[in-house]
Amino acid sequence: MNTLLLIEQILNGLQFGVMLFLMAAGLTLIFGVMGLINLAHGSLYMIGAFAAAAVAGWTGNFFLALIASLVAAAIVGALVELTIIRRLYARDHLEQVLATFALILIFSEATRWIFGSFPLFLNVPEVLKGSITLPGGIQYSLYRLTIIGIGLAVAVGLFLLISKTRVGMRIRAGENDREMIAALGVDISVLYTMVFALGAALAGLSGALVGAIQSVEVGMGEPVLILAFVVIVIGGIGSIKGAFAGAILVGLTDTLGRTMLPLVFGSFMEASAATTVGSALASMLIYILMAGVLLFKPTGLFGAT
Amino acid sequence: MTDSILSVRNIRKSFGALNASDGISLDLRQGEIHALIGPNGAGKSTLIKQIAGGLRPDSGSIEFLGNDVTRLNTAQRARRGLGRTFQISALAMEYTVLENAVLGAIGQSGKVFRLFTPAMKDKALLDRARESLKRVGLEAQENAITAELSHGQRRQLEVAVALTLAPRAFLMDEPMAGMGAEGSKALTEFLQELKQEAPILLVEHDMDAVFACADRISVLVYGKIIATGTVDDIRANPEVRVAYLGEEDAI
Amino acid sequence: MLRERYINLIVLALLLVVPAHAYVTGEPFTVTLATRAVIFALAGVGLNLALGQGGLVSFGHAAYFGVGGYVMGILASHAQNYEPILQVPFLIEGTNAMPVIWLVAIVMSALLALLVGALSLRTSGVYFIMVTLAFGQMLYYFTISWPAYGGEDGLSIYVRNQFPGLNTLDPIQFYGICFVLLCAALFLVDRINKSPFGLALNGAHQNEERVQTVGINVYRVRLVAFVISGAITGLAGALFADLNRFVSPTMFSWQISGEIMIFIILGGVGRLFGPVLGAALYILLEHFLGGLSEYWFIYLGAILLGVVLFAKGGIIGKLAKREVSHDG
Repeated sequence: MNTLLLIEQILNGLQFGVMLFLMAAGLTLIFGVMGLINLAHGSLYMIGAFAAAAVAGWTGNFFLALIASLVAAAIVGALVELTIIRRLYARDHLEQVLATFALILIFSEATRWIFGSFPLFLNVPEVLKGSITLPGGIQYSLYRLTIIGIGLAVAVGLFLLISKTRVGMRIRAGENDREMIAALGVDISVLYTMVFALGAALAGLSGALVGAIQSVEVGMGEPVLILAFVVIVIGGIGSIKGAFAGAILVGLTDTLGRTMLPLVFGSFMEASAATTVGSALASMLIYILMAGVLLFKPTGLFGAT
Repeated sequence: MTDSILSVRNIRKSFGALNASDGISLDLRQGEIHALIGPNGAGKSTLIKQIAGGLRPDSGSIEFLGNDVTRLNTAQRARRGLGRTFQISALAMEYTVLENAVLGAIGQSGKVFRLFTPAMKDKALLDRARESLKRVGLEAQENAITAELSHGQRRQLEVAVALTLAPRAFLMDEPMAGMGAEGSKALTEFLQELKQEAPILLVEHDMDAVFACADRISVLVYGKIIATGTVDDIRANPEVRVAYLGEEDAI
Repeated sequence: MLRERYINLIVLALLLVVPAHAYVTGEPFTVTLATRAVIFALAGVGLNLALGQGGLVSFGHAAYFGVGGYVMGILASHAQNYEPILQVPFLIEGTNAMPVIWLVAIVMSALLALLVGALSLRTSGVYFIMVTLAFGQMLYYFTISWPAYGGEDGLSIYVRNQFPGLNTLDPIQFYGICFVLLCAALFLVDRINKSPFGLALNGAHQNEERVQTVGINVYRVRLVAFVISGAITGLAGALFADLNRFVSPTMFSWQISGEIMIFIILGGVGRLFGPVLGAALYILLEHFLGGLSEYWFIYLGAILLGVVLFAKGGIIGKLAKREVSHDG
């Protein structure tokens, strides 16, 4: 395997990682602040992708489509928080899981009802098509590079939001002590709706960005949701830093595993068997990584002990 | 110190910059009530957790009945005879009083991996549970749901569950809290009787109760034991007056 | 209102009478629906031991359901093709004998539950939910990417497996087998719930520290419960595969894990017959709502949401008017 291919795969892994971060950041914030496990986060990812595909279809403008994904997911998120989710904060985890599982059923079927069962396609805009030559002569997809850029920008923005702003201070206070934040005179229910809508918007954006690489279809959100769970188990629940580290780790492990494991096995096995064993093992690699982290740090890399 | 049942030797535990246990040593002797007092934030609950097995000290050791138990977990220490009651009642609230006591008897009997025989028909378990309930005066309430008990009755049940283990030492975290004067007095008398069979390490806020029932007192301030002695010693100790009693008076 | 015990007896009676009546009046499809309900109920009874009694919210029980299914698929496919599974170092042949298949399904799913449980039980709360979900997903992707047994397409078995002395192709006889196994599992779980072990398991659900401080190793108690739970769900998986004569990676999907949880919450968490009533209700909803609308999952979602938000204790809870079951 040559270096150029390796670098390309590392970039692919980063791109996958930052997308996972957009999902995991919302999940981990919502859990950290409100103590809610939200399975319907994958539905918000799907809603973002569908909103983008629909707006791109009407207007032909990709950037309007991205804005639509943010806005649609945030609005749906805020509405769901106001009507249903806020009744769940005081409930136990089992009830949260089942209620948000019910929301998945409702969102998925409603989307299928509105848009039909066939996948939609979201095209990469003209300006971001094609590839760019990186230092060292590596050709890499401009769109994927843009995704990495957007993901990193969101990560930086979130860090600043949480560590530097008043809202961030309230979020941190809410993570530590719900009563304290009420004592600060903050209207806690408004803060909760805002945090939920923010998480939803990030998921929606992520869905739209990935929607241009893959197809936009019902059920696209849940596999990503489960990967985002793996990310926050590895990183530690409630920690944005952990979500970032976990996302990059999972993105790289999965992408590199899929390309390299068959090659590794190929060095001492017959080619077709190596592909079989290698790709089967690669499909399990991130879960094995998660198991390894659990063995040594059951609360995740950045989790509180 | 041949009569020392439980000894804590120079244990240290810190959380970041906070030294919650800063080289603590104390011992619990046969037949005594040893009270641990100290202002809020002195590190009492951190110390109790380390003695009970819920938290491992950074350094130092804990000996129980002459064996080093520092590396044993809560369940292992309990099986060796460390009976514990909690500050906030730790009971299975949906169970009946008798079921809670039977739970203690199960732990004591080692029958926990019997999967197919009904627990509530096992005579040995029931006898043991009922005997403990009788000792704390809860035998009439055995079929009551624990969540429906009064605060004081839950305290009694805590002690009963600990008794089913036939403990060699008790670790009691604020047993008097919220008991009222009448209840406190009755409990104090009961503890005097109980200490004959196993010594009691008592964490308590109620000063009157402590001075009334303790044989020895240790005062914990900022993770350090600043004094250990009899009730009179502690009353007379100027350092304690400044660090602890003075504060109490100020409130 | 009705006592829980009477409700349980009524449910059992209905499970006997309805399929028998359908069989006599020549409606084999109803018998098949009832068989599905009974098999789902068995899977739910398994999960309920961990989730209801132990408070261990496993969102990955599809893993054991799937392993049970694939044990059946692999053993039966080797038997139908007359190919041994293993020749070196010793010969292992396929089989179409149900008792052998069940035994292997139970053992394999128990082993998997031991492995997953040993790791997952190091965590608690939300971590536990996410980790069990993730391990279930791992097996899903593994079966998709492993081509030997059909990969994504799954595996078809042409003839239903055999049980000595019975004609398993007769719907009512196969139903009878599933019903007896469900009753056996209910009996077993009821015994466990009342045993010292069950008291400790449920006690740790209510107050973990209490159980630790009476000298019981809570981790071990939970692990044993998790293993038994996985084994029962694994047996259900083997029966499900036999009912359909087909296995595929969808048996491992997270939706299956979610559905098994739905049976429990619909019927009533921690109640012996909760998953039985829940599974029966689910099959009825699927049949009737599915007939009304292509998008019946919307209604199912709304019903589930309603039960979670407004009906603690599920259907049995509503009927028995008691939130917590205490029938000794």
